[in-house]
Amino acid sequence: MTAVTTDPRAAESDRERSTGTGGARRRLPRIPDRIRRGGLPYLLLLPAVLLELLIHLIPMIIGIVMSFRQLTQFYINNWGGAPWTGLDNYSIAVDFNAPIGEALLHSFLVTCVFTFFAVGLSWLFGVAAAIMLQENFRGRGFLRAVFLVPYALPVYAAVITWAFMFQRDNGLVNHVLHDQLGLTDQPSFWLIGDNSIYALIIVSVWKGWPFAFLMLMAALQNIPRELYEAASIDGAGIWQQIRRITLPSLRPVNQVLVLVLFLWTFNDFNTPYVLFGKSAPENADLISIHIYQSSFVTWNFGSGSAMSVLLLLFLLVVTAVYLFLTSRGRRGADA
Amino acid sequence: MRHLRAAAAVTLAIAVAAGVTGCGGGTSSSGGGSNESPKTLTYWASNQGPSIEADKKILAPELKKFEEETGIKVKLEVVPWADLLNRILAATTSGQGPDVLNIGNTWSASLQATGALLPWDEKNFESIGGRDRFVDSAVASAGKEGEPPAAVPLYSLAYALYYNKAMFAEAGITEPPATWDQLVADGKKLSKDGKWGLGAEGANLSNNIHQVFVLGKQHAADFFDESGKATFTSDGAVAAVKQYVDLMAEDKVIAPGNAEYAQNQSLTDFAKGRTAMVLWQAAASTFAAQGMKPEDWGVAPVPVRSGTPGTGTHTNSMVAGINMAVFKNTKNIDGAKKFVKFMTSDAEQKLLNKTYGSIPPVKAAQADAAFAAPDLKVLRDTLSTSAAPLPQVPNESQFETAVGTAVKELWAEAAAGKPITTETVKARLDKAQQTMQQ
Repeated sequence: MTAVTTDPRAAESDRERSTGTGGARRRLPRIPDRIRRGGLPYLLLLPAVLLELLIHLIPMIIGIVMSFRQLTQFYINNWGGAPWTGLDNYSIAVDFNAPIGEALLHSFLVTCVFTFFAVGLSWLFGVAAAIMLQENFRGRGFLRAVFLVPYALPVYAAVITWAFMFQRDNGLVNHVLHDQLGLTDQPSFWLIGDNSIYALIIVSVWKGWPFAFLMLMAALQNIPRELYEAASIDGAGIWQQIRRITLPSLRPVNQVLVLVLFLWTFNDFNTPYVLFGKSAPENADLISIHIYQSSFVTWNFGSGSAMSVLLLLFLLVVTAVYLFLTSRGRRGADA
Repeated sequence: MRHLRAAAAVTLAIAVAAGVTGCGGGTSSSGGGSNESPKTLTYWASNQGPSIEADKKILAPELKKFEEETGIKVKLEVVPWADLLNRILAATTSGQGPDVLNIGNTWSASLQATGALLPWDEKNFESIGGRDRFVDSAVASAGKEGEPPAAVPLYSLAYALYYNKAMFAEAGITEPPATWDQLVADGKKLSKDGKWGLGAEGANLSNNIHQVFVLGKQHAADFFDESGKATFTSDGAVAAVKQYVDLMAEDKVIAPGNAEYAQNQSLTDFAKGRTAMVLWQAAASTFAAQGMKPEDWGVAPVPVRSGTPGTGTHTNSMVAGINMAVFKNTKNIDGAKKFVKFMTSDAEQKLLNKTYGSIPPVKAAQADAAFAAPDLKVLRDTLSTSAAPLPQVPNESQFETAVGTAVKELWAEAAAGKPITTETVKARLDKAQQTMQQ
């Protein structure tokens, strides 16, 4: 390219060089070019960033601000007038010897137990079904479609149907368990009392496992057939193949899948709200419902915000630790 | 490139505009009402009829009448009960709400505390014909005592005992029970062969509150003291809650399944002849809708310990009802008052209350012959002689949740066959009380 001297900017830069302003200035004319090329991705990201700010970050920041104020019904008409309370909302929420803190801790533990079982069973069903449907047999497409139905149904419609089925006197569940199979002495309660957590886990697994199934089915398509062929020539049985080939190959997908399921399940509001209404039974008092009750139902938005912020911090820590551990494990495996 | 930059600029502009409008609300708190837009009003009505659509049909001709009289067009939205309070809270917080709205009268003091509603002082009451036009107990349920009410009574309701005449006759009972002892005795006679004496909505927090509040009154207990402090664990309050839950746990006149009822299943049970009695407010239209004929059921005052309803420990109902409020920051304050005046006029009161099966809180309208029918007469007499408003305290809504949940949990325990003792009741109420001290 010899046109350099015909470019007036280049000519100017030549003059500058001759006056001895240094090499740094010499690259100046190329910067707009670089911005043009390097800036394009940022420009394309801009709408997403702005919307993310608008929809997620700003409300989150407002929530954090609210958590330091005494935002009760006396002040909701004029937020600015709500007194600052420092860490009061937090200290009440984490004072586990007082009723409010105790109830929050109880709700947190219930949520942990619930999440453990709901995520574990969803994953187990998902992986089992995905492996079974790898084999080619008649009706496979039909089964795949049926398995995805719970995922496709609107949450409200699905959960309200479950609520009807769990009714003690007229529900389908008791009709089968008690009337037809005679497994119980008398009809059980599912929506109140001790069994409510089972009802919650059942509905949550029913709703959540098709997603695991879908993800894992896609991941299984990527495992080369030859691996299985080679393994079976070497005399590996079906269980060994699953343990030595399938599961290790699914590892990267599982890593993301379990995290996503965990976050969704831990935060789930719709299922308990539709199943139990505003006040969930003690045994199924999930944290999302508990926070809703502590803010919307009792009109204490400061306290509810403080609990939400604590929940956010907890989920952030869990996610960070999880990602750190799993990525370290993978780096180790790669090395 | 120029296109891209232009596109980016547009995107940014839209985002900023959306941001500005999105955050625009919430600041207009100082407004004392204006007359900037005198030709329109927005009205949120509560769901009083069988459905939202039915309400729209009932109210539309009346709003038309109002428009012809005043030239003000009323935009109506009928809000389901499940959403109403959250919608009001959102409107209060954002400053973007209707001009006129219906509120459940038990929320009056809570909403009054937000300062978002127009106070009905003497001057404002004058503009709708004066405070004297309304029944005292109804006005008492519209805000904290000693302060100008936050709303105006619109429809009044009270609890009554509904009983199935055929089931009573079959069990050889000639008179509806007037005392709790009689109710339990009759209930025991009726509870057999899969049928039960009394129905309850164990998982409905508000209903639990209404019942234990009245029983509390009968045990000379209030759930709040004079200064508005919670007193849930007084002997009277504990006895009241225990008496209510004992109807299932001890007396076994309520079916265990009722512990999980929250969607008016007890009314369905009654209509289908599975239970013989329910304590309810204005249930007639529901029974009729479920296929009962008016001669199938009878209505009597809710039992009291002495047998004769009255004031104090003879109270047998809460003052239930709907109030009408005006948002302070309305842009049509005069129009809003005119609309409240219209809706509380004698003619509209007669017409609307007749349609909805409620009692007019306006004295002149209440005297109408239509409200002397047997069903409504019981409600009217109860309202005028033996009903008391729920505690008008700012944290009433917390009270409903805390104590309502405690009673719900006790129902669950009773249904599971666990013993209900004074200690277990007191422990639950104590826990509820401690969550109030925020």
